[in-house]
Amino acid sequence: MVTLNQQTEQVYNWISDIPDPEIPVITIKDLGMLRNVKFENGNYVVTITPTYTACPAMKMIEDQIIEVLGTHNIHNVKVDLTYTPAWTSDWLSTEAKVKLKKYGIAPPSHSSCTKLFSAEERTVCPRCNSNHTSLISRFGSTACKALYKCDDCKEVFDLFKCH
Amino acid sequence: MTTKEALYNYSLRMGDNALILGHRLSEWCSKAPIIEEDLALTNVALDMIGRAQAFLKYSAILKNEGQTEDDLAYCRSEKEYHNHLITEQPNGDFAHTIARQLYISIFEYHFFSHLEQSADVEFAAIAAKAVKEVKYHREHAIDWTIRLGDGTAESHKRMQAAINDLWMWTGELFEMDEVDTILLKDGISVDLAPIRDLWKKELDKVLLEAMLVFPEAEYMQSGSRKGIHTENMGHILSEMQYLQRAYPDAKW
Ligand SMILES: [Zn+2]
Repeated sequence: MVTLNQQTEQVYNWISDIPDPEIPVITIKDLGMLRNVKFENGNYVVTITPTYTACPAMKMIEDQIIEVLGTHNIHNVKVDLTYTPAWTSDWLSTEAKVKLKKYGIAPPSHSSCTKLFSAEERTVCPRCNSNHTSLISRFGSTACKALYKCDDCKEVFDLFKCH
Repeated sequence: MTTKEALYNYSLRMGDNALILGHRLSEWCSKAPIIEEDLALTNVALDMIGRAQAFLKYSAILKNEGQTEDDLAYCRSEKEYHNHLITEQPNGDFAHTIARQLYISIFEYHFFSHLEQSADVEFAAIAAKAVKEVKYHREHAIDWTIRLGDGTAESHKRMQAAINDLWMWTGELFEMDEVDTILLKDGISVDLAPIRDLWKKELDKVLLEAMLVFPEAEYMQSGSRKGIHTENMGHILSEMQYLQRAYPDAKW
């Protein structure tokens, strides 16, 4: 007999591989956006949290969750959005940080977010590992990234912001 | 006024502030002086739209009349908006946009840091998200204020002019009425008197470093709590609501 817990765990596993629409090398589980799956009033309730309040990927992620579970013949799905606890880049798994770096995005370097872009913070170039890098702009191509340049290899790169 | 009505109004105000400032900032899209600033200002605009969506969605739930956040954003008339008048002021030159960002982001940083402690769990949750984002807005505005204020003769002149021009809209940020006081009793709203002190102290420090003079004018313009706006608001709404008015209930 399959227990309810096993079923929700199975649902969790099926959707945990859904990639982030903007950084497709990491999944919604890697990012810490997938918070919970439970069975309630006849529905599988999937709880997700946005990285930034205006994260434009939320609707797409919701659609993908419904689509993926649909392929497993599960149609009683509700996707809930929560703001608490507030998402933090501390939730990125070590594995996710490795994947980000390989993809050319510098992962957040430290876990405390009290000092943004302070001089002592070293952002390492994801291409040549140099720490002679400088900030171009706090705001990058998506809400979760800042723009840096490497003073050694001269490449411009994104930093996944500490948040 | 009941606590529930006060909650609705408080949430609506915060939603409107974010919505109108977000709209104003989005007008910089493709027009900023350099591409990094184009990205920065539109990123800030995006944060604002996200925050507006969160507060207006909560407002709609509190009102419980079957409305959505979109109905509140696009189907109200001018007098039903309660955004601070500073948010609807035109972008002006880059210095004016930065001065507006400086005044608002320092205020919002302290305001949301306190609202994070609110007894209302939804306010506390949205505030916790907002404060993380506002940190970036504030650093961005402070950096530019110092760079322009302590820059060339021309940039200094423009930055000082912008600081002076927008000054009279800042008093309203700290106004409190029945809505604030009803909620303050239950630990839901933020007492704005200590926020004003924190704001002034920080602003003073930034302006000093930027070689700018702290404005002295005492006259402050207000009206937003009563839904009275400047002539700018009608223009914003005519653009922002055009699609919804021309094609009601249009779907993406
Ligand atoms: Zn490099």
